[in-house]
Amino acid sequence: MATATVELKPKDYKSNIPPDWCPGCGDFGVLNALQRACSELKIAPHEIVVVSGIGCSSNLPGFFRAYGVHGLHGRPIPVATGIKLANKDLTVIATGGDGDGYGIGLSHMIHAIRRNVNITYIVMNNQIYGLTTGQVSPTSLLNMKTKSTPKGNIELPINPLMLALAAGCDYVARGFSGDIKHLTELYKGALQHRGFALVDVFSPCVTFNRYNTYDWFRQRIKKLEDKGHDPTDFVAAMEEAKKVGDEEVTIGLFYRNPNPRPPLEDLDEVIASGPPLVKRPLGITNAEARPLLEELM
Amino acid sequence: MALDDLVVGIGGAAGDGIASAGDTLALALARQGLRIYAYNSYQSVVRGGRIWLRMRIANRQPLSPGNVLNALVALNQEALDLHLQEIQPGGAALFNTHRVRRAPEKGPDGVQLCPIPVPDLAPVYKDLPVIQNTVLIGALYAIMGLPFDGVESVLESTFARKGQKVIDMNVGAARAGYDYAAEHFQKMELALKPQPTQKRYAVMTGNEAFGLGAVAAGVRMYVAYPMTPASGILHWMAAHGPAVGISVRQPEDEIAVMNMAIGANHAGIRCMCGTSGGGFALMTEAMGMAGMIETPVVCIEVQRGGPSTGLPTKTEQGDLFQVFGAGQGDYPRLIVAPTNVYDCFETVKEVFNLAEKYQLPAVILSDLLLSEHHETVEPDRFDFENPPIDRGELITEANGGDGEAYLRYKITETGVSPRAIPGVPGHLYVAPTDEHDEDGVLISDIYTDPVRRKRMMEKRMRKMVYLKNELPPPRLEGPADAEVTLVGWGSTWGVIREAVEALAAEGIKVNHLQIKYIVPFHGEEVAQILSKAKKIIMVEQNFGGQLARHLRSETGIKADGHIRKYDGEPFEPKHIVAGVKRILAGEEELVTCVSDEPGWRYDHPSFV
Repeated sequence: MATATVELKPKDYKSNIPPDWCPGCGDFGVLNALQRACSELKIAPHEIVVVSGIGCSSNLPGFFRAYGVHGLHGRPIPVATGIKLANKDLTVIATGGDGDGYGIGLSHMIHAIRRNVNITYIVMNNQIYGLTTGQVSPTSLLNMKTKSTPKGNIELPINPLMLALAAGCDYVARGFSGDIKHLTELYKGALQHRGFALVDVFSPCVTFNRYNTYDWFRQRIKKLEDKGHDPTDFVAAMEEAKKVGDEEVTIGLFYRNPNPRPPLEDLDEVIASGPPLVKRPLGITNAEARPLLEELM
Repeated sequence: MALDDLVVGIGGAAGDGIASAGDTLALALARQGLRIYAYNSYQSVVRGGRIWLRMRIANRQPLSPGNVLNALVALNQEALDLHLQEIQPGGAALFNTHRVRRAPEKGPDGVQLCPIPVPDLAPVYKDLPVIQNTVLIGALYAIMGLPFDGVESVLESTFARKGQKVIDMNVGAARAGYDYAAEHFQKMELALKPQPTQKRYAVMTGNEAFGLGAVAAGVRMYVAYPMTPASGILHWMAAHGPAVGISVRQPEDEIAVMNMAIGANHAGIRCMCGTSGGGFALMTEAMGMAGMIETPVVCIEVQRGGPSTGLPTKTEQGDLFQVFGAGQGDYPRLIVAPTNVYDCFETVKEVFNLAEKYQLPAVILSDLLLSEHHETVEPDRFDFENPPIDRGELITEANGGDGEAYLRYKITETGVSPRAIPGVPGHLYVAPTDEHDEDGVLISDIYTDPVRRKRMMEKRMRKMVYLKNELPPPRLEGPADAEVTLVGWGSTWGVIREAVEALAAEGIKVNHLQIKYIVPFHGEEVAQILSKAKKIIMVEQNFGGQLARHLRSETGIKADGHIRKYDGEPFEPKHIVAGVKRILAGEEELVTCVSDEPGWRYDHPSFV
């Protein structure tokens, strides 16, 4: 991670486009905390690429001053992976919503964790499909009534943190967009972690999710650090990750592997062998390529 | 008359080692200055099934699998039973008496039966049954009247890493087969002109040529999910890529493949991906993204028999419409169908330069025949340095300046806007799949603006005009005053060319137009060429005549006749020759061909 010499403030990460989210949307907090985290870590905007999918939350790159790709629904992770492997000097952040990341694009997260791509994945989890005006999502709670489940959701919600832990994710955290200071710290840890880092953020949808509201969260939220949780304890992390629902909502750093696996960029023999691929000269001479032909002769 | 062009068939089951026997034979012939074209017909099983490798051997380069069978190496009873009757007079059938117990007393008229007692000639056979292939290749060499040192030289290099003992054992086995055959059987009457043994030709598949082309094009990453018949590129890349600085990654599915490849290209490297029709179906949404965010990406689509899972190990040209229709909406794209193995190499270099210059997705359309068949090529033709790599208007740290008022999607005359890669100071932008303005800001949501939308659509599509002007126009091959003009695309170039020669020998004057650049299409040039044609006959390896429809939509020209094949096996010249005659005789407008010699028939177990 390269750092800038000039001082960077959160506003330096603010684009000149005002967010078009509904007033009160949780995603404002997500954006705000990310701007703070990047400024506190002094990562220059041109060395950051924010890659998103499609959905309300996936509009975030347009409001964040850095390089960005506003890609396809569910596919920010493979695009981010390609960018990171091509230029390992960049700080690459993948973002999206729960439908994007835990629905249509879920397999990419599991495989990115397996291969330990050195990116930070931020999921703005509002437990509803917002941009399409309020259908059930993979994280909607049981019995929740939505436009596509008028009699209540009959499908068990996904538990992304347990999934990530089981897949071997070395940095697993959950934040709440109503607590920007706390969230900023989780982001900073994720951005500094060399390897795949998941930050799931409860980011209330004030328009289409009338159940999981700010008040609903505030009444239930407990911080792991207040409970004396040891984030290096995998089993304890799994136990805490299990707890999600009406009684308690836990946020904080669930797990940070004290002996993290090396990221993919250190394991791929070509990428590991020198400067970022993008900085290597192109082209080969006929003499250098000759052995490839000789082998077929 | 002595043959200067013959077909040897090697038949057996998966697991018999036919591919490596074929490799040995092909290399031995190539080192003696002979040219080969080999096509392996196989099934989607790992053990068993029926493998049928046909190798055409000639003094000048064969361009198709050929029409007939002149010699047979039967690795099991079934192969002999199936193919014996196909052998032409003057030919021979070789087999291991230990594997083939029920050989007939005599073969068809003029066909020599050559039973070979492999266990006696190579005692190691009882522990290493695959040695039968080596013995039989040796014997075949003697029957073809070729000097043994071709085989010896190849076995020496193949087993070099396993030590002298293994080399001696293999050379000894081949030699024993060679000597036995020389003593017991007659040589075929051939007019092959072998040269003193030395490395002179490379034996290459289209997939290997794609890999080499990627090396020449400066590709830094290859991404693919396994799928026959594109997996050969992945295997070649995995084995050779890292040594020449190419990272090779196998993601979880083709959706990830295409998105990852786009990400890598977006970040400024050249990244290639490859798949077959089923995988390409998953890539289509992302291909549209590349068109929209104007990121170059190159995908090799190796067609196999469809629809759906279809014929996983058989050839077809059935994905043209899929590639045309990939992704929603109109966006600029390049679709190119190379015509032979050497052209596969050239096409990758060319397509990367164009994809980068015009910042658009490109598909190289191959098929199983082109990608997997082996042919001899002249290694000195392979130029890794030319044409030089042209990255188009790319902004890097070296030439970036301060980027004041940088507009990633700036409207220009050609539609091409200078492309900054992430990491360059002063050029921040978002590449969005939503419609956007010159600065990359969305105009799709609350700021929808019909005027700007129209302008941006036209900017992107304008690139197609300039791109087309750079592509070499199609060229008519053969006499201008022909009775018939055959039109094909991609891999059928060679077989059509041989059909043209065969028809000329029978007094029917035919010329030939092969389409390589499918999108953008040289509508005017093609129309001009075809306006002079007396009778236009399309030759396509598919059911529906996809190029014929494309031709009609792009030029208004309706072909007079169609020769089609969709049985999974490649065209042979004879199919096209017969088709042209039938169409000329007014018997049919549409001739469908099938490979129906007894050797292709299979009594399905449930029918017995």
